[in-house]
Amino acid sequence: MQLKINDEISSPLWELEWKMKRFIGFIKKEFYHIFRDRRSLFILFGMPIAQILLFGFAITNEINNVNIAILDHSKDASTGEIINKISASKYFTVKQILTRETDIETAFKKGKIKAVLNFEKDFSRNLIAEKRATIQIITDATDPNTANSITNYINAILQNYQQEKNRTIAVEYQIVPQTRMVYNPELKSVFMFVPGVMTIILMLVSAMMTSISITREKELGTMEILLVSPLKPFQVIIGKVVPYIFLSIINASVIVLLSIFIFKMPVQGSLFLLGLESVLFIITSLALGILISTIAETQQAAMMISLMGLMLPVILLSGFIFPVASMPVPLQIISNIIPAKWFIIIIKGIMLKGVGMAYVWKETLILIGMTIFFIGLSIKKYKIRLE
Amino acid sequence: MSISLNNISKSYKKLKAVQDISFDVNPGELFGLIGPDGAGKTTIFRILTTLLIPGEGTATVAGFDVVEDYKEIRNSVGYMPGRFSLYQDLTVEENLTFFATIFGTTIEENHDLIEDIYVQIEPFKNRRAGKLSGGMKQKLALCCALIHKPKVLFLDEPTTGVDPVSRKEFWEMLKRLQKKNITILVSTPYMDEAALCDRIALIQNGEILEIDTPEAIVNKFPKTIYNVGADNMYKLIQSLQKYKYLYSVFPFGEFVHYTDKRDSFEVADLRSYLEKEGLVNISIEVAQPNIEDAFMELAR
Repeated sequence: MQLKINDEISSPLWELEWKMKRFIGFIKKEFYHIFRDRRSLFILFGMPIAQILLFGFAITNEINNVNIAILDHSKDASTGEIINKISASKYFTVKQILTRETDIETAFKKGKIKAVLNFEKDFSRNLIAEKRATIQIITDATDPNTANSITNYINAILQNYQQEKNRTIAVEYQIVPQTRMVYNPELKSVFMFVPGVMTIILMLVSAMMTSISITREKELGTMEILLVSPLKPFQVIIGKVVPYIFLSIINASVIVLLSIFIFKMPVQGSLFLLGLESVLFIITSLALGILISTIAETQQAAMMISLMGLMLPVILLSGFIFPVASMPVPLQIISNIIPAKWFIIIIKGIMLKGVGMAYVWKETLILIGMTIFFIGLSIKKYKIRLE
Repeated sequence: MSISLNNISKSYKKLKAVQDISFDVNPGELFGLIGPDGAGKTTIFRILTTLLIPGEGTATVAGFDVVEDYKEIRNSVGYMPGRFSLYQDLTVEENLTFFATIFGTTIEENHDLIEDIYVQIEPFKNRRAGKLSGGMKQKLALCCALIHKPKVLFLDEPTTGVDPVSRKEFWEMLKRLQKKNITILVSTPYMDEAALCDRIALIQNGEILEIDTPEAIVNKFPKTIYNVGADNMYKLIQSLQKYKYLYSVFPFGEFVHYTDKRDSFEVADLRSYLEKEGLVNISIEVAQPNIEDAFMELAR
């Protein structure tokens, strides 16, 4: 009898089958945890969709239907034409016609309008007689970005008007700048946000959720039982990580599909490469999650470290919102150690510019290097005991 | 020896958790670690289950060294920690299946071992573990610790927070398991449970006070114990504490356990003293010492 048992145990086939069964059993348990906890379900599936829609629709640098006011001291043919042109554009709505200079201040203070166009007296006459007339553009600069955009848009409309007028007259010298915005010709901010949001979501789901799920075992004491079992620590970790790889891939696909079908964002490069790079970044984030779980003892600590240590740098320093090139040099240097920065460069390249591996191999190698480093460090720090 | 500890010490920073602990547990024995909270019981369990490395000394479980051969130990012991440590969001059956799977077995394979216990929780097998009563939780935890037919079973305070009926049932189960040739090390703060063990170690402040069979420990008790009762329990204890011949007094159920300093003690002396103190309905009888008395005496 004793012999028979030993025979069975030493048979490699039996052992392989057992290992597979054990692995599947562990993963099944992880999925039970995920699907029975509303909070984690929300973070996993509600958040990606909510974030991408929020960033896509609500948070935007584009200007649309900005309310402006007009103070027209001339009320002649030219000012009429300019006002018509401005109100005809989809960017501006003429909300108010002012009559006195003092009204300007009041109009701004009410907060309904963002800009005032102040036409000087005898606008048309000056334009014809003296070849120059003045319009004052006053903008509410409490939001500098919007104020800047408004000024630029109005300037563009005025220039356009001027060119039309000049077409009939021969001008001796003229420089006509022809600007062309490539990769995102309509300057849609959603194109900029999608790569960033995708990065945040993958980071959040992979790093935060794994670190929380590992620390939960520590906190509830089940890690104690898992340690006193034939499961090796790395098997526990792999079992924890695999479900999240799977869910993160689903998340990444949902985000890409949403941006293609709802925001009409073109994916210029290879979807396959995009997928591969995403899986790489998912693994990087998981490795970070494991590392966090070796440091944090409670779920709350894991969450705080993930949020403060990962989310903030990703949002602030990765180039997602603020361009890295315009940061102070020390911050630029720090931004290099943030994996998200490299992933954003990669996916922006693939999605918007349509570049291939030839252009992103350096960033890819950096991500691989970081991943290996994090995994190595986690293995070194992983405790096979309680202390 | 199934379990053997030699001069084990362990400190957490400056705090000495256990000091110079040595004892052996024979194969098939039901051995109890008896002591109050903070005595160091959990530390001993964690050292033996390879979760902590002893500061000094050596220990073996089922012939394996707790430091060197920790992997073998983890394969062959069952461990039920003091805190309920199963997955609360998994059902009874899912928990059991999970632990069977990671130990490379199935519920069916070792069904005979857990049958007695499992039949009691089977009606709730689709209930989440977190929603079970305290006693049911402990039965499930025991099933999970047994599912792989361990050679040695470690139960850290399995009956703490469990109702008296379930506690009794739990100990009956342990007795049955013992017959199936499983060595059991169990800890408890309840002195009445100590009598159910084959041998016990009384432990306090990280040190062992005594190791022996419960009977021997009780028989070694040096004094005669008297059950003293009166109408006013509080006043009775106060009066006894003022009595010049008092050796020890502890409340015990509806009586107090009293021992006297003198060798030749007359019950009548004490009675007249208590009557003078104004107590009524006084009863004084010789009582059997129990483990608690022995513990109190040793801990003095």
